[in-house]
Amino acid sequence: MVDVSMAEAGAGPVPQKGVEGERRLRPYLLFIWPALIVCSAVIIFPWLFTVWMSLHDFRIGSPMTFIGLDNYKDLATNRRFLESIGHTFYFTVLSVALPMVLGTLAALVFHKKFWGRGFFRTLFIMPMMATPVAVSLIWTMMFHPQLGVLNYLLSLVGLPPSQWVYAPGTVIPSLVLVEVWLWTPFCMIIVLGGLASLPSEPYEAALIDGASQWQMFWKITYPLVAPFLVVALIIRTIDALKAFETIWVICNGGPGTASETINVYLYNQAFAYNQVGTASAVVVVFFAIIVALSLILLWARQKAAWT
Amino acid sequence: MSKGFTTRAISRRRALQGAAALGGLAAPMLNSVTAYSQSGGFDWKRFKGQEVEVLMETGPRADLMKKYKGEFKDLTGIELGIEVIPEQQARQKVAIELNSGKPSFDLFNFAYHVQKRQFEKGGWLLDITSWLKDPQMMPAEYELGDVSKLGMSFATTSDGKVNSLPILCDYFILYYNKDLFAKKGVAVPKTLDEMMAAAAKINDPAAGISGFVGRGVRNANVVLWTQLLSGWGQETIKGTKLITDTPDAIASAEYYKKLLSSYAPQGVAGFNWNEAQGLFIQGKAGMWIDATGFAAPIEDKTKSRVVGKVGYALPPSGPKGHGSVTFGSGMAIPKASTHKEAAYLTMLWMTGPKMAGRMLQVGGGIPFRTNPLKDPAVLAGLTIPREWAECAAGCAPISMSGLPVIVPVTEFRDVIGTALTNMLGGADPATELKRATTEFQPVIDKSEQT
Repeated sequence: MVDVSMAEAGAGPVPQKGVEGERRLRPYLLFIWPALIVCSAVIIFPWLFTVWMSLHDFRIGSPMTFIGLDNYKDLATNRRFLESIGHTFYFTVLSVALPMVLGTLAALVFHKKFWGRGFFRTLFIMPMMATPVAVSLIWTMMFHPQLGVLNYLLSLVGLPPSQWVYAPGTVIPSLVLVEVWLWTPFCMIIVLGGLASLPSEPYEAALIDGASQWQMFWKITYPLVAPFLVVALIIRTIDALKAFETIWVICNGGPGTASETINVYLYNQAFAYNQVGTASAVVVVFFAIIVALSLILLWARQKAAWT
Repeated sequence: MSKGFTTRAISRRRALQGAAALGGLAAPMLNSVTAYSQSGGFDWKRFKGQEVEVLMETGPRADLMKKYKGEFKDLTGIELGIEVIPEQQARQKVAIELNSGKPSFDLFNFAYHVQKRQFEKGGWLLDITSWLKDPQMMPAEYELGDVSKLGMSFATTSDGKVNSLPILCDYFILYYNKDLFAKKGVAVPKTLDEMMAAAAKINDPAAGISGFVGRGVRNANVVLWTQLLSGWGQETIKGTKLITDTPDAIASAEYYKKLLSSYAPQGVAGFNWNEAQGLFIQGKAGMWIDATGFAAPIEDKTKSRVVGKVGYALPPSGPKGHGSVTFGSGMAIPKASTHKEAAYLTMLWMTGPKMAGRMLQVGGGIPFRTNPLKDPAVLAGLTIPREWAECAAGCAPISMSGLPVIVPVTEFRDVIGTALTNMLGGADPATELKRATTEFQPVIDKSEQT
């Protein structure tokens, strides 16, 4: 009796079992429909349609033929696709690790108080605000082996010219250079936010106990800022896996197929070769890879959370 | 080896094509200021008041059409909306929208060597064969007879229907830097052996000068290779069988590898036409083989350091043949267009002799017509050297297809192009071409089956 009166007095709806509960929930179910329809239209249907197309031999302009899992079997033995997976991971690892390390170092520098800090911080984050396509066009000119400024700069310090994105061996590190320039500020901002939120008490205690700067960083700063690093890691990994504009604009996945990542391979299949069936199968495989990576990163986030 | 190109002599087919291209010598001289009005029942104002949406690829021809669209409105009363987007995006947009059945345009331009077969198989283009024969739909001043046979063969489907009109062709020619040639005392090469020797003499890496520059990047490089392959009297396909791993194909690939690896600038494996052009107009390369359409930037004083110093010559001949690979583009109307007749008039105006002459004058491309090439009024208005126009006219008799007319042509360029790029990295031409041919033949087989 008491319980019922408390619920009626405004303690919120109490879940009820059985026919009565269903009867009370029924009017509210209507409100779910708009969200359900939108989600179905923009997420579930395209996804299912992609899976369905991946089971067909479908080239734009030709009839569709059901071929079961043949597209997947072809991908499993397709040298170019398998190489593109390797290129994707090579590119992703470098363009996540380097901005993370440099961004963290930059955050530690900008966390200190010094003259002109605000100005230099603004200057530092400017690359992040630029449009990737425009940035890529500028870097393309800078990479030119004969007319570009980078080789000129190398010559000033007595170094031999590099072929940058014009040679298979140097193309991915050169593209990573652009990514580092573009995204180090992003990592810096996240880590800087983390540093600003740290409590001062542990540092005061450490100073009293005579801890060195390195000990304070390793034993206090790093563990406390680790959750922020994981957030930066997740976002950067997703961004790097998705990277397309810089690679496409600067070198189209070349020379040859030396920098062809899964995204570029997918784009070629879908829009250059009009092989929609094959492209759909690539999407499904890529989706599975991203889900697997996300689960690993989420697990890492759980591990890094403050306890 | 292609049967028709087994000797250095010009084959009958190419001789016919070339003769047709130059055949307009006997045709009446074009008066570039002819006023279009009514002729033989044809009325330009017949569809006045309609609006036509045109999709064009970025370039001088689109600029020209936009510049003169007011003149077209005065002539026909038809309002033109011209959307201009870059080549690659335009190709994708056209294919996707035509496939959807509801294109946003009534008229568009496209490259025959890239999309002709795809559009033909899709059955998406309007058949205009009967209109071309109808005096009410074909004005005399269009001079249909002056359009070269090569152009009309591009515009005609395998079952004999005309579903587009050719607008421009691009021949591959040899650009050379006269100053660098004079400095080293080198004569203009007439054969591939002479070109290799000239490249060796001019090449001076310490001074930042390359003997030769050209396309090395995947996909784009295939057309430079097929140009060289024409010197062995061969094309890339015979029927539906790839012939890209024959001894002649391998010999031409070895030539390509040696020329670019030894005498082209560092990083040439990543060079497309724009990088090559950038170096050539800076005066840092002795020779460049590419399409005729690049004369305009070369002779532009605001962009080029070699204005007036560039010579234009036929591509050198090889041990077994002499060719100039040729690429054509045309205009077509989608079957699904709601303004077919007005779009057709627009197409006549855009591909007609008057606009062809204007295009030639700005160096925007070579028309599939011969009268503008010898019209004194047109030639007097050339903004680039006459030598260029004469060179283009000389290419007509030796023109040959630079790419196979197949649906998966982009994929073909990627697969063969990757092999060529790998060669520049040191790979063996025979191994690479055999691998690429084995890899791509099933794609053609599948494409032709469906």
